[in-house]
Amino acid sequence: MSKNTIKLFLVLVLVLAMVAGCSAKVEEPVVEEPVVEEPVVEEPVVEEPVVEEPEEVMTVGLITDIGGIDDKSFNQGTWEGILEFAEDFNLSEEEYKYIQSESDADYLPNLSTFADEEMDLIVAPGFLFFDSMTEVAELYPDQKFLLIDSVVDASNVASAVFAEHEGSFLVGVAAALKAQEAGQDTVAFLGGMDFGLIQKFEAGFEAGVWAVDPDMTVLVDYAGAFNDAQKGQTFASKFYDQGAYIIYHAAGGTGNGVIKEAKDRVQNGEDVWVIGVDKDQYDDGIYEADKSVILTSMMKRVDVAAYTVCENVLNEEFTGDILVFNLANGGVSIPAENPNLNAEWETEIQDFADQVIAGEIIVPEAPVRILEED
Amino acid sequence: MNTLFSMLSLTLIFSTPIIITALGGLFSERSGVVNIALEGLMMIGAFSAATATVLLEPVTGAAPWLGLLIGMFFGALVALIHAYVSINLRANQVISGTAINLLAIGLTIYFAQIIFNQQRTDSFIRGFVKTTYPGLAKIPVIGPIFFSNMYATAYIALALVVVVWFVVYKTTFGLRLRASGEHPQAVDSMGVSVKKMRYYGVVLSGVLAGLGGSIMVLTQDTQYTMATIHGTGFIALASLIFGKWNPWGVLGAGLFFGFSQVFGIYSGDFAILSKFPDEFFYALPYVLTIIALVVFSGKSVGPKAVGEPYDVSKR
Repeated sequence: MSKNTIKLFLVLVLVLAMVAGCSAKVEEPVVEEPVVEEPVVEEPVVEEPVVEEPEEVMTVGLITDIGGIDDKSFNQGTWEGILEFAEDFNLSEEEYKYIQSESDADYLPNLSTFADEEMDLIVAPGFLFFDSMTEVAELYPDQKFLLIDSVVDASNVASAVFAEHEGSFLVGVAAALKAQEAGQDTVAFLGGMDFGLIQKFEAGFEAGVWAVDPDMTVLVDYAGAFNDAQKGQTFASKFYDQGAYIIYHAAGGTGNGVIKEAKDRVQNGEDVWVIGVDKDQYDDGIYEADKSVILTSMMKRVDVAAYTVCENVLNEEFTGDILVFNLANGGVSIPAENPNLNAEWETEIQDFADQVIAGEIIVPEAPVRILEED
Repeated sequence: MNTLFSMLSLTLIFSTPIIITALGGLFSERSGVVNIALEGLMMIGAFSAATATVLLEPVTGAAPWLGLLIGMFFGALVALIHAYVSINLRANQVISGTAINLLAIGLTIYFAQIIFNQQRTDSFIRGFVKTTYPGLAKIPVIGPIFFSNMYATAYIALALVVVVWFVVYKTTFGLRLRASGEHPQAVDSMGVSVKKMRYYGVVLSGVLAGLGGSIMVLTQDTQYTMATIHGTGFIALASLIFGKWNPWGVLGAGLFFGFSQVFGIYSGDFAILSKFPDEFFYALPYVLTIIALVVFSGKSVGPKAVGEPYDVSKR
C-alpha cells in the first residue's frame, strides 16, 4: 500500500513536472516579451553616447530563396549589391538585413515580415518570387519592392530585367574571334528550354558570332531541362563530334554536363571551349592548376540592379516600372578578367560593346530561325 | 555510321548508373524487401563521392576511385536504416523507402551547407575522365563503341551484370537470397536466418545504389547539387521491373532507357524526325518505357514475398 502510494506520488510529481514544464514554455513568450523589451529600451541608452546622431539613411531588406546569401548565384549577387550600397552610403548595421527562406512557402510570410517593419525597400531575387510578390504588393500598397529577373505589374514594384541578348552578343563576338584564331568554322548554343527568354540568349549569341564572321555555322539545340547534367553532357558530346569548337550554354545545371564534357576532351588533348552564363563560371571549368575550359561568361549583374534601385529609393526616384539592365548601365557584361582572352580581343569586344551602347548596332531579341518563320 | 557509334557509346555512359543501381534494387527485392529508396541512396552516394573527390583531389590522383568507395560506404550505411525499419520493426517498406528519399535531399544539402557553406558541393577538378584506349579503339565496330571516349566506370556496370548473375543464380548465397524473397518460411525451416539474408540484400542495394550515384556525379556532372540524380533512381526501379528482376533483363532495360534518351537528343539531326516537336522527344523515353511494360509484362514475375515483413508464425 505504502509502496503504491509512493509510486503514485512519484508519477504525480512527474506528470506535474511535465505539465508545469509545458505550460511554462507556452507562457514563456508572453512573460518574456516585457523582459526582451527592457534591453531594447536600454540599448539606445548605451549607444547614445557612442553614436551621437543616429541618422537614418534608409532600410533595405532582402528575402532570399532557399539558396541563401552564399549560393554563388542570384541571392549572393543581390546581397553583394546591397552590401556595396550600404558601404557607399554609410548604412548602419541595423538598416540592411536579410531573411533566408527555408521553402517556397516562406516567401509570402517573409516578405510580409519586412513589409510590417516598413522597410524602405524590400528586394526579392528571381522569378520564383513572382506569385508571392504579386500578392504582397497588393497587401502593402505603400511598400516599395524590387523584383529581380521577373516582372510584376504593380505601381509599388520595380522589376529589374536584363538585356541578355546584348551580353550574349559580346560572348558571341568572343567565340567567333577565338574560333577564327584556331581556324574553326563552327560554334554551338545549348539552351535550357525553348521559350522567349532563352531565345534572347540564342539571338544575341548568333548575332555576335555573325558580326565577326558571317560565314560561321552556329549549331543550336535545347535540352528541355535546366537541371539535367546528363543530357547536357550528351548534347555537348554531340556538338563537339559535329565539329563545334565552342559551346555557349544558357541551361543552368544542365550546363554542368557541358563543362564536364569539355574538361574531359581537353584532358584528352582536344581543343574545345565553353562559355558560361549568369555568373563568371571560370572556376567551374578548372581542370588543371588554374587552366579552365571557360572562355568567358555572360554575366547578369544582379548586384548592379540591387544597387541601382537602392540608390533610386534614397534619391526618391523610385518608380514601380520595368528597369532594363543592359550594356549601357553595366547590367550585363563579361567578367572583368578573362584569362583565356587576349588583350586584342578584349579591345575588339569593347569596341562592339561601345557600338551597341551608342545604338549603332541593334542586337535582335529573337533568333533568325524564329524571325524567318514569321 | 559514325553517328550511330557515338550514339551507342553515349548510351553506354548514360545507362551505367541506371544499370548499377537497378542491380542494387535486384538484391534487395530478391531478398523480399521493396526498395524504392534507390533514388535517395544514389543521392547519398553521389554527395559523399563528390565531397570526397573535392577534398582528396589535391592529395591523390586516385581521388575519384576513393570517392566511389566512400559513396558505396555511405549508401550502405543509410540502407541499414531501411533494413532495420523494414526487417526488425516490420514497418511498411514503401513508407520507409519514401522517408529515406526525403531524408536524402535534406541530409545532403544540410551537410553541403556545413562543409562548403553553400547548398551544393564545390566543383571537383576532374572526376573520371573519358579515355580512348589506343589499340582497342581501332577494332572495327567494337572499338568506337566501347573503347573510344569511354569512362572506365562503364566496364564496372557490364562486369557487375555478370557478377550479380553468377552470385544470384550460381551460388548458395544467391539461392538463399532468392528463397527469402519467394518463400521465407522454407528458408527458415532449413535453419537459415531470413533476417540475415534480407539484411544482406538491403545493404548490398545500398552499396550498389551508392556506387551508381557516385559514378553519375563523377562522370556526368561537375559538382553535387539537389538536381544531380533527378529521378534516375526511379528509372532504375522501373528498369528492374521491366527487366523482370533478372540481371540480363536489367542490362537490357537500362540500355533501352539510355538509348531512348540519347535518341531523343540526336533526333534533331535526322531529317525525317526533325519535324516532330522537341517535347515529343523529351517524353519519348517515358512513353517507350510504358509501352514496353505493357507489351512485355505478361504475368508478374516479381519475388512472391516481396514487400511482406517476415512473420515466423505464418507458416
